[in-house]
Amino acid sequence: MSLTREQMAQRVAQELQDGFYVNLGIGIPTLVANYVPDNMEVMLQSENGLLGMGEFPTEDTIDADMINAGKQTVTTVKGASIFSSAESFAMIRGGHVDLTVLGAFEVDVNGNIASWMIPSKLIKGMGGAMDLVAGAENIIVTMTHASKDGESKLLSNCSLPLTGKGCIKKVLTDLAWLEIEDGAFVLKERAPGVSVEDIIEKTQGKLIVPDHVPEMVFA
Amino acid sequence: MAGFDKVVASYEEAMTGLEDGMTILAGGFGLCGIPENLIAEIKRKGTRDLTIVSNNCGVDGFGLGILLEDKQVRKMVSSYVGENALFEKQLLNGELEVELTPQGTLAEKMRAGGAGIPAFTPQQAWVRQLQKAKETKEFHGREYLLEEAIVGDFAIVKGWKADRYGNVIYRHTAQNFNPLAATAGKITVVEVEEIVEVGELDPAHIHTPGIYVNRVVLGTFEKRIEKRTVKSAE
Repeated sequence: MSLTREQMAQRVAQELQDGFYVNLGIGIPTLVANYVPDNMEVMLQSENGLLGMGEFPTEDTIDADMINAGKQTVTTVKGASIFSSAESFAMIRGGHVDLTVLGAFEVDVNGNIASWMIPSKLIKGMGGAMDLVAGAENIIVTMTHASKDGESKLLSNCSLPLTGKGCIKKVLTDLAWLEIEDGAFVLKERAPGVSVEDIIEKTQGKLIVPDHVPEMVFA
Repeated sequence: MAGFDKVVASYEEAMTGLEDGMTILAGGFGLCGIPENLIAEIKRKGTRDLTIVSNNCGVDGFGLGILLEDKQVRKMVSSYVGENALFEKQLLNGELEVELTPQGTLAEKMRAGGAGIPAFTPQQAWVRQLQKAKETKEFHGREYLLEEAIVGDFAIVKGWKADRYGNVIYRHTAQNFNPLAATAGKITVVEVEEIVEVGELDPAHIHTPGIYVNRVVLGTFEKRIEKRTVKSAE
């Protein structure tokens, strides 16, 4: 069985460490916030200018001046700080954020990522994605392994315009956990019940399959 | 003698000197912390052929989106412009030009403009494939892009509180691009929710020192919410 969105978020959350500053992109990455272990302190960074994003507000506490990078109304946690967008990207560009999780359309064996523009559609802009991937050392990409038509999203060369070059080392799909090493995807874990053959079939870029590929474990 | 007194009595006075063809830097992220009344004044004035530097372009009927209604904008410099239909239409018609700029680079362009730094080099040289060719330089084995700073003929800014001297503080994440735009306008206009006595703001807590600010005007704000999200009742 392929992973649900919630399970993908759960698997990414296993990569969190106590004391991490983390930037979560829109979509599945946002769900990771729901799976921060209770015994761990993690601060969420939002690139409009917030470190220490909290949960959504109630109807009573909603505030137009308090939003995240997805423009959603949010709250702050204790110990949060708020700053300008230049300060925010100084943190990102300067490599101070410990983990960045974001979605993508395509990733390739050289660690390139395409996530912002499909040429046939109207271009709306890249927002903060290009600065984020340029500055981050530790990025996890979350996406489905293949499109609805069965086209692989793990490629030898990205076909869409790039968001970042050579910056991706870890990918979680609905089928597998993979790492990018020396121009190839390395299959590290598979989703429960998903066969190695299935993953091979849906991976277009060079894939290295170790002798033993463990299933992911969920608490 | 006005001295350091920056307060003006009306929005008309606040935007005096704005002319066709000028470049305006605007604070705000989405609809959060946008100078909504200064934008409305630009619409009322009917100034045209404007270049506007702002992370986004508002929505249909609110924020910078209203300046599209009478085709006052020639060019937008933004990181994301996907939120309004009129924008899309004018872009496809060729009535409007857009220069997409990554969000952090846009913020830094304003910061550098205000700080007298003519250009800087963020790491994303491969952006060239989608923009006009720019100069690059290698540092420590990586290719960096030369990005030029931006200054505006006007900067329009939304603050929370200001004193008469133009010292400003922002409220929550309504800060965003506002303090950056404030530094980089030849004429910087700040509209605020409250004007307090000089000395009332803690000097150590001021976000934008009055030296950057030319005019302060008091307003009332709708503060429209773009994506209203609340947690489900327990």
